Amino acid sequence: MEPQLSWYLALSAVLFTIGVTGVIIKRNVISMFMCIELMLNSVNLTFVAFASFFQDVTGQLFVFIVMTVAAAEAAVGLGIIIAIFRNRESLDVDDASILKL
Amino acid sequence: MLVLLFILFAGMAIGCALAVVAQRNPLYSAISLIGVFISLACLYVMLAAPFIAAVQVIVYAGAIMVLVVFVIMLLNVEEEAHRRPRLKFLLPVAIALSAVLIAEVAFILVSVQESRITPASGSADVGLTQSIGSALFTRYLLPFEITSILLLMAIVGAMTLARRGGLLSGNDKTRRD
Repeated sequence: MEPQLSWYLALSAVLFTIGVTGVIIKRNVISMFMCIELMLNSVNLTFVAFASFFQDVTGQLFVFIVMTVAAAEAAVGLGIIIAIFRNRESLDVDDASILKL
Repeated sequence: MLVLLFILFAGMAIGCALAVVAQRNPLYSAISLIGVFISLACLYVMLAAPFIAAVQVIVYAGAIMVLVVFVIMLLNVEEEAHRRPRLKFLLPVAIALSAVLIAEVAFILVSVQESRITPASGSADVGLTQSIGSALFTRYLLPFEITSILLLMAIVGAMTLARRGGLLSGNDKTRRD
């Protein structure tokens, strides 16, 4: 018996749900950032699973572009985190509830 | 055999993902997240996508997580204190929302089971570097170029944000030096 497509989709959904839960309950900015990365990765798993089961290369190109976006997001997001920390001496999102720095 | 490997790597991924959320120290969450990335790369190899697996390990587990760990250590993040959350209903809401999400997914999976998806009979070299490269530089050239512009914007934005005395440092002391 081979692993079915729905198994991969279920795994991806579970990972996405864990990421959503983390974003909701975490209060550290860096932890929330890592949960967002987790959600991006679960979506990548969906793309690769569909690409493999439909024998279409498009899904894997989407994964490639998602990874690029994640890298750009990491660079800009961590820059914002450093700027917030420099201004507020804290990484708690409750301390940065006003967008104004 | 493949089923055993799937169960192993899926269990590893879910366990590490739970550890990411459960850990209070961000550094331990980062290490667990690397575990998730590695097990997902193994799943990509099982799905006949070796190029994506390699990129996953190099870009995610290598570059992005090194950046995150670097920032964690640079800012000297301490463990999250056991403070009373300002919004007391946040944890129940999170649990309820994830229960709803899981229920939706289970419903979709149950309804999908009736129409079984058979693998299409296409070319077998879908996951190889050659096919990805040729598709990237012919059919999908425009998204590729847009991605490069996005990366350029990210570079400029990150430099502007993190620069001392930059756009966002409202502190006068840091602006002088």
